Amino acid sequence: MRTPLRPLARILHARQEGLNPDTIEKENLKLRHEAIRERARGRAQFRLLILCASFVIAFGAIGARMGLMAATEPMEPRASAPGAEIIAQRADITDRNGRVLATNITTHALYAHPKVMVDPKGTAVKLAEIFPELDPAALQRRFTDGRSFVWIRKVLSPEQMQKVHEIGDPGLLFGPREMRLYPNGMLAAHILGGSSFGAEGVHSAEVIGVAGIEKAMDARLRDPAQGGKPLTLSIDLTLQSTIEEVLYAGMSMLNAKGAAAILMDARTGEILALASLPTFDPNDRPTPIVDKTAEPGDSPLFNRAVQGVYELGSTFKIFATAQAMELGLVGPETMVDANAPMQWGRHKIKEFEGKNYGPLLSVSDVIAKSSNVGTAHIALMIGPLRQQAFLKSLGFFEPTPVELIEAPGARPLIPKKWPEIVTITTSYGHGMSASPLHLAAAYAAIANGGVAIKPTLLKREGPTTGVRVMSEKTAFDSVAMLRRVVTEGTASLGDVPGYEVAGKTGTADKPKKTGGYYDDKVVNTFASVFPASNPQYVLIVTLDEPQDDTLSETRRTAGWTAVPVASEIIRRVAPLMGLRPKLEPVAVDAVTAASN
Amino acid sequence: MRPVLYVMSFLALIALGFWAYRENYATQGALKEVEALQRQIVGLHEALTVQRAEWAYLNRPDRLRDLATANFDRLGLLPMEPSQFGAAAQVAYPRAKLPDVSFTEDVQGTITTDAEGL
Repeated sequence: MRTPLRPLARILHARQEGLNPDTIEKENLKLRHEAIRERARGRAQFRLLILCASFVIAFGAIGARMGLMAATEPMEPRASAPGAEIIAQRADITDRNGRVLATNITTHALYAHPKVMVDPKGTAVKLAEIFPELDPAALQRRFTDGRSFVWIRKVLSPEQMQKVHEIGDPGLLFGPREMRLYPNGMLAAHILGGSSFGAEGVHSAEVIGVAGIEKAMDARLRDPAQGGKPLTLSIDLTLQSTIEEVLYAGMSMLNAKGAAAILMDARTGEILALASLPTFDPNDRPTPIVDKTAEPGDSPLFNRAVQGVYELGSTFKIFATAQAMELGLVGPETMVDANAPMQWGRHKIKEFEGKNYGPLLSVSDVIAKSSNVGTAHIALMIGPLRQQAFLKSLGFFEPTPVELIEAPGARPLIPKKWPEIVTITTSYGHGMSASPLHLAAAYAAIANGGVAIKPTLLKREGPTTGVRVMSEKTAFDSVAMLRRVVTEGTASLGDVPGYEVAGKTGTADKPKKTGGYYDDKVVNTFASVFPASNPQYVLIVTLDEPQDDTLSETRRTAGWTAVPVASEIIRRVAPLMGLRPKLEPVAVDAVTAASN
Repeated sequence: MRPVLYVMSFLALIALGFWAYRENYATQGALKEVEALQRQIVGLHEALTVQRAEWAYLNRPDRLRDLATANFDRLGLLPMEPSQFGAAAQVAYPRAKLPDVSFTEDVQGTITTDAEGL
């Protein structure tokens, strides 16, 4: 109850006493203020207490939770939804149309705890019956020498697993395994490479790539952040299969030791097919040859298209003429000196079989007839420095950037010094070695109108940008020259009606290890571009030590070996790519005659 | 008034306790079901992977090529060739439509059983 500041009774009483009633008011006011202050202080204390308590509770809860989390075993949240990432520990690899090239299947590994085995000796014998590659005596020894854990096999087929179950020994145990499977067998083996187990445990094992794109893209394939999204390659399985089939037929028909082919989209640098023969099965990757005397090319693991660094012969001539045209030194019809043999210091530059196409030859004919002397004169006009710069811009001085683990090791062999004689020999593809893939990338630059591209095995989305290395006109004229090689030059067997193949042959003698060149061992290359009127694709075919004995004489020039193989490949793959054959132009002479 | 309130809140407490107990067990049941479903999904995923691998294995180009060769007499499949592309000009114009024939009025004669081929 509120007490009045001036209670009437006390005021009257004070007045009677002759006291000042204001003092009563002051006193009451003071008392009231004191009471108010007291109440406010109480409330503030209470609030502070509440605040304190909430801080203590909050921090206490956090501390308790932390202590609990630190002290207890970690546990998966039970209610989270499972994603594909839990299931596939390594992403699939598919071709550009989504067809599976590599996938995982679940299988089991077999291990043993010999200490709990009922009958170690009998089990060893029975296991050796199921797995013929196991030695029963060695297995018995391992089961009985006191060790408590033995790995027996890394993967089992379901049938084998059933048979092991039927042995019924409690000491035989299975561990789940994810196994890499290449369902297409030997197809695209050099691209895929292969895989094996890394760190192995009883409950799981990591699958790691050992070669090819499996190793080069290992981090991407194992990246959990990708969520098992398949890696889409630029390869087209159908084209790859067709090319391998035709190439194999050509290789056996021409008794070649090996062969390689690359089909590339000239605009994007996507490799649509890349084949190297002989090949292998990535599911059962052979062991590398350890013999030091053996050539690397003897192993089927050797990827001739990427690792095979060869002298690519006359296929290089187009680079000399293209550069000379780009620099304005010559035009397609300029006559150049082609008088063979050409003497340069101690060296004599000769034509094939000692012919002489001279004394003068147009630049276009230099390519069509594949004149070494003519190219040498053009290269001398360009000079060593500019020639090196141009070849560098086409990518011939660096390993190809393709996504294969083997690619960075395949460094082109470049002469250390570059005197004019090297300028001459390089202009027709001798003295400097590069892989067929380098050649494919360089020809793609000519085919796509003069833009250097980076070869890739991954499917590209959208257009690619590159550095322009020559004008569109130079590229156009160069393709026209290459077309003449097929219509009237050294690659006449390469013409495929309707597809306007343009290309350049190259025959290079193989170098001996001891120095010098073999007389009867060659590497034949045909670098082609099609269709010539609107070049879209580049095809490189390389045959290692082929020879054509079908007619009375033995032929080893590319025109008789690599060219027919390439033309058959184009005839087969062009329709598969949806490329419509161009109708041959109808003769209009009769019509014009009538109008006259 | 106050005792009624106490009794009511006590009853409410018991009701809430019962509800929480039931919810607890329902949650555990749901979690168990989720786990079972997860296991099932993993199993199905595995089966799917195996089937995808098998599909790829059975459709590998080598095998299809061999099958096409083996069944050539029935299927007559050949590799695709440039000659299989046609020009639009090669397609014939559709024939002029014939007038409809009404059999009841226009056809005369008898049908023997032989001609019917039945």
